Order: sequence, then C-alpha cells, then structure tokens
Amino acid sequence: MKPLLCLGFFSAAFSAPAFAADYASLPGGTFASVLPADTNNADVKLAPFRLRREPVTNAEFLAFVKTHPDWRRDRVARVFAEPRYLAQWGAADILGADAKPDQPVTQVSWFAAQAFCASEGARLPTWNEWEFAAAADATRADARSDPAWRAAILNWYAQPSSQPLANIGGAANFHGVRDLHGLVWEWVDDFNALLIASDSRDQNDPDRLKFCGAGALNLRDRDNYAVLMRIAMLSSLKAANTTANLGFRCARDGIGEGP
Amino acid sequence: MKIPVSLRIAFAALAMAFITVVAAADTRGRADALPGDSIYRLDLALVDQDGHGLMLGDRRGGPVLIAMFYTSCPYMCPLIVETAKRAERSLDEAARARLRVVLVSFDSARDTPPALKAAATERHVDLARWTLTRTDAAGVRRLAAALDVQYRALPDGGFNHSGVLTLLDAEGRIVARTDKLGDVDPEFLAAVRKATSTPH
Repeated sequence: MKPLLCLGFFSAAFSAPAFAADYASLPGGTFASVLPADTNNADVKLAPFRLRREPVTNAEFLAFVKTHPDWRRDRVARVFAEPRYLAQWGAADILGADAKPDQPVTQVSWFAAQAFCASEGARLPTWNEWEFAAAADATRADARSDPAWRAAILNWYAQPSSQPLANIGGAANFHGVRDLHGLVWEWVDDFNALLIASDSRDQNDPDRLKFCGAGALNLRDRDNYAVLMRIAMLSSLKAANTTANLGFRCARDGIGEGP
Repeated sequence: MKIPVSLRIAFAALAMAFITVVAAADTRGRADALPGDSIYRLDLALVDQDGHGLMLGDRRGGPVLIAMFYTSCPYMCPLIVETAKRAERSLDEAARARLRVVLVSFDSARDTPPALKAAATERHVDLARWTLTRTDAAGVRRLAAALDVQYRALPDGGFNHSGVLTLLDAEGRIVARTDKLGDVDPEFLAAVRKATSTPH
C-alpha cells in the first residue's frame, strides 16, 4: 500500500493548505447545544474556529482524488468507503453528466471526508461547531427559537430527495457561511459521539447495558426537531457509509485572517 | 417501527480532535496484500503497557479479540475485560494460545503505559496474550469509527461509550461483533471458537 493518510496530533496548526479554500471565522463562545455538556444542561464552550464557507464540491473532490489516487472509487479500500462511494460520477476520475462541478460532492464516507480536509490542512468540524454555525440565519447568530427558522429547515427535510442537487452558493448566513441548511447533510468529526439511543439501563438488564459513564441525559430542547433529526441521521451512520444527500465541509482551529 | 418513549443521550465535554495528515510510509512490506476491508489498513500506531510502540496491524497472522476501554472506567470496562476473559476461558488450551486480545484506550490524556500496566495487573490478564494500548485522540476516533463504537468525552475526564467486543480474523477483517457483556453471546463465542480452531 502507498503511504497512507493517518492522523497526527500536533501539526495541524503548522501545515500549509494545499490550496486556498475560503473559510469564515466564527467566534465560538458559550453555546446552548441541544446536546448539553453536562448533567446540569450546561452550555458548551467553543474556541474560535474557521469553517469553509461552502460545502466541498464535486470539482474540488475530483482534484483531491487526482492527487490522492488511493481515494479513487476504483482503488479505495473497502474499510474506508462502501461500494456506492462516488457512484454518481461518470468514472473514477471523471465527473460525467450526472455530477456537476459546482454541486456539493456526496456519496463520500467519513474517512474520505476526513482525508480531504487533512489534504488542505484542515479537519472536519465537530458537531458543536457545525451546530453553532448552523444556528444562525441571515441576521442573527442564533435564530433557533424562531419558528420560521425551524419551519424552513423542516420544509427542506420534507422535500423529496429525488431532485438533482443544486449548486453550492446559497445565501450567506450571519457568519458568512452558506448552504448549512437546504442543500445536503454534512459529516462531522464526532458523528460517532452523539450517542442517540434509548437508555437501555431503564430495562434493568445489565446484559443489555449499552453505555458506560455518568448517565444518559435527556436531550435539551427536544422540540427542536430541525436539529434533532440531523443528530439522529448522523448517529445512524457508519464511517464507511455514503449517501446521495450527505456531503461535508472542513474546519480549522483559530481565528485566521478574518472573514 | 418501535421508537423509544424518550430519546436519551449521554452528555459530553467538548473533545476537540486536532486532525491533520502525516505521511506514514508503510514499512512492513506485506501491506499490499491486506484485504480492502481489513481494519489494519488504518495503520494505527499504538503504545503498549510497557511503553513499546506497535502498529495494530502487527497482530496480523492470527485471530484477535479487540475492544476499546479506559482504565479509570468504573463499571463497564471491567465488564468488557471480564467478558473477553470468559471468552478466552471457554477455549481449550491450544485455541486459547492462538487468540490475541488487544484493548485500546479511549483516554489518550490519562492512560499512560504505567496506567495500562496497573490495569493489566489489577485485572489479572495474561500479557503473553493480551496487549493494553493507547493511541492519540485522532487514532481513537478513527478506530472507534472503524469498529462502529460510539463514545463521548465527559467533563470529568471519563467517557461514555458503547461496550463492544470485536473478533478480527488473521487479516484484520471483522468476523463477529457483540455488545452483549457479562455472559458471552453464544453466537460470538462460536465465532471465536471457529477462528481459533486451526492454526493460521
């Protein structure tokens, strides 16, 4: 096998991006996640971070595949991506008629998304970072309590998924980030940390114990279906899975040069 | 579809994994022949209870029981260890000698080799067959992803996690998996017996 992507701990802040993707700077701070940070429903604390303004496109992912041929659909190891990986492309290195350059790339696994972000000196956002960015509307950093914000997202969920995906470039939100809602679902780094499950200890059957630790909690803000549906979807995925409506964008630590 | 009356969830501290890429040249030579669905393709670098570096793929060549745990875990992790020990004990001596057990800690911050060593002693595991290991936070995330293990860092430094035992074949492919702890799932045990029944 060729030299393979793997993960280091310290060099992210120092590695130069392979090409200049456009990132917005987000301030972080305390944030009322639907997944509370502790048993007292504490807010989560987010360091400042940067987030790609738009999801990764077919054209960008094609460029990545050409320079990282281990991620071609005809070469990728099955442990990293299921057979439907990039199935919408015309060939392993050709987008073809059904995959437009400016559409968000979909049919990508978590491992593939992670490798792409690493190739530009970035990483996948955490759930809390994604949730923070996606809480905004055009004028407010946190529009989640607005019924109109929720209704717009739920309306998107209700659209049939048989339509071709639109190109990236929807309206920018408060942070200058586009397409967080209304285009594709997106991988997050800690998709396998969201732990949606019935608390099996309620069944009083230690053989069925699922989770170790201080205890499962109720979700906060459980009427926020717009957000909870996304958590439920992410929790149902395995890292090699791909779907026709699941793409990603990348994130970086720190403040950067400003928006 | 049956939906639980309440969706419940474990809570988390914010565990930021700093992800980047480093080229890891594969020096073992045989990796080209690894099957595409082998977990060993992760090229996961570990450190064992004696402070020795190893690759997860070094266990290639025989069946492996692998699980994720952390040493300060009060309840479930001892149960994971105990379940693995029960699976071992149910094998005859020749079969037991063919099986290796690898535990990988969720706790990159605190599970140092001495902590792993102390846990091995406390749990009376045979280090001739067992290896207790740690990796970095990004490695934990990737291994958990590959093994379909869910986990979440807690504010007190602990973890919520699913308890899973996975059986790998000689090439690192997943052949069986169980989240039934305590008494060993009979189907899982049958898979372990089969995998260890003949030399590889």
